Amino acid sequence: MKISIIQRKRYSQNIAFWAFRLLSFMVVAILFIILGFLIYNGVKVISWDFLTEMPQDGMTKGGIYPAIIGTLCLIVGSILFAFPIGVLSALFMNEYMKDSWFKRFLNQMTNNLGGIPSIVFGLFGMALFVNKFGFGDSIIAGSLTLGLMVLPVIIRTTEEALKAVNDTFRHASLALGSSKWQTVRRVVLPIAFPNIITGVILSIGRVSGETAPILFTVAAYFLPRLPQSIFDQVMALPYHLYVIITSGTNIEESRPMAYGTALVLITIVLIMNLVANALRRYFGKKVKMS
Amino acid sequence: MHILETKAINLHYGDFHALKGISMVANKNTVTALIGPSGCGKSTYLRLFNRMNDLIDNVEISGQVLVDGEDIYSRRVHVDDLRKKVGMVFQKPNPFPKSIYENVAYGLRVNGINDKKFIEERVISSLEQAALWNEVKDKLNKSAFELSGGQQQRLCIARALAIQPSVLLMDEPASALDPLSTSKIEELIYSLKKDYTIVIVTHNMQQAGRVSDYTAFFYMGTLVEYNETKIIFTNPQNTQTQNYITGRFG
Repeated sequence: MKISIIQRKRYSQNIAFWAFRLLSFMVVAILFIILGFLIYNGVKVISWDFLTEMPQDGMTKGGIYPAIIGTLCLIVGSILFAFPIGVLSALFMNEYMKDSWFKRFLNQMTNNLGGIPSIVFGLFGMALFVNKFGFGDSIIAGSLTLGLMVLPVIIRTTEEALKAVNDTFRHASLALGSSKWQTVRRVVLPIAFPNIITGVILSIGRVSGETAPILFTVAAYFLPRLPQSIFDQVMALPYHLYVIITSGTNIEESRPMAYGTALVLITIVLIMNLVANALRRYFGKKVKMS
Repeated sequence: MHILETKAINLHYGDFHALKGISMVANKNTVTALIGPSGCGKSTYLRLFNRMNDLIDNVEISGQVLVDGEDIYSRRVHVDDLRKKVGMVFQKPNPFPKSIYENVAYGLRVNGINDKKFIEERVISSLEQAALWNEVKDKLNKSAFELSGGQQQRLCIARALAIQPSVLLMDEPASALDPLSTSKIEELIYSLKKDYTIVIVTHNMQQAGRVSDYTAFFYMGTLVEYNETKIIFTNPQNTQTQNYITGRFG
């Protein structure tokens, strides 16, 4: 029997769609496998004490409290630094600069900054912030280093958010005699804000997970107390994880702690994402209603 | 004195010669329609009067544009002040994602007016002038996006009127609207004439015939013919004009 052209087209389309479906399920599946693996191995060490106590007995017992606090400090510190600079420079590039070789140059350099390996940021942060500025291994040195690293992410997403604002809004505002800055502040930024938040979401994910930039700038191997100021060293989750996997005093016995730590790290990122998403929805609604 | 005047205007977008030596005048409290096929330069010409062409890179302009006798491209003129005097309504309704009230109040606020009572009075009178007040008076705090397309366009007109310009530029203000909304806008234009000088770009010949006192026909960047609307439509001097208004091309 001969298959008609129509049937053949339908078959090939079905095959293609099933392939796409399968592939996209695979992406989700990978995520769930990782999560499931961590939960399976790590959930038994998770307890209130694990979250609120200092590590003990060569990190085979006790908790990861200082590492959680350290990571939170680094998230807040780096965002405080990178968010205003990133947003303002994206504003400048997108709203004020005319198309020129200099703008293209800045754009290219921003991309290049994003392509620098994180360990190089760590090295640079150590040379500049730790040694040259004399901050020593400290929250501020680590935050600045991480901030530099996520700057291109924030600039890029802010730029995308600004580009997504239809020019008709800008024109309407300018045609009413408002200045460029008034237009940006009163019309463009409120519309773009929910999408700018996305930049922060992505940055938080990176900041909390990166190990290399904090290696020489802030992270402590073992420091069972909380930081007193921004010039103190802290423990941080990703580095702590690295330590208990590779160089604890008793690696086999601290293995469950490692899974627990990883689970906590992922949960923090997840919670941050949810919060940022809620913020984004809240502001998005406000823009539409007000 | 003419409220609007251009003297030998030439405008280039990069290599493209968009306006070729256009000289024209418009009197106070008249409606002038700019007609012509797409790409003929009529919108570009309209945007000379509030300097919206400034926003485009690589535009070069020579000649003079006078508003109230003042050369608006001279250094002494601040573009924000000019745009207070010369308002604009765009092709697609473009209200801000703000409330109806805040849309109309916007122009006042950015021009430094904070007096609550004054703003409220002006918002009401502008909405009345734009024939929208009765439809929105109970939902001033609702989002402007809840209005229909025609209402949004009248809101944009109210927004432009709120800062009391003396000239109103309209760039195909009804081309995105249904026939009923279009006729409302046309009635509005007719009633606004007593207070404002209006220049309107339109694709719609009947519309030009209905609303305007003067009509200018543009073709390929030149001003082919400019005269009283009834003369342009009944007795055009130029064969190109005649061909265009009778629908033989364009």
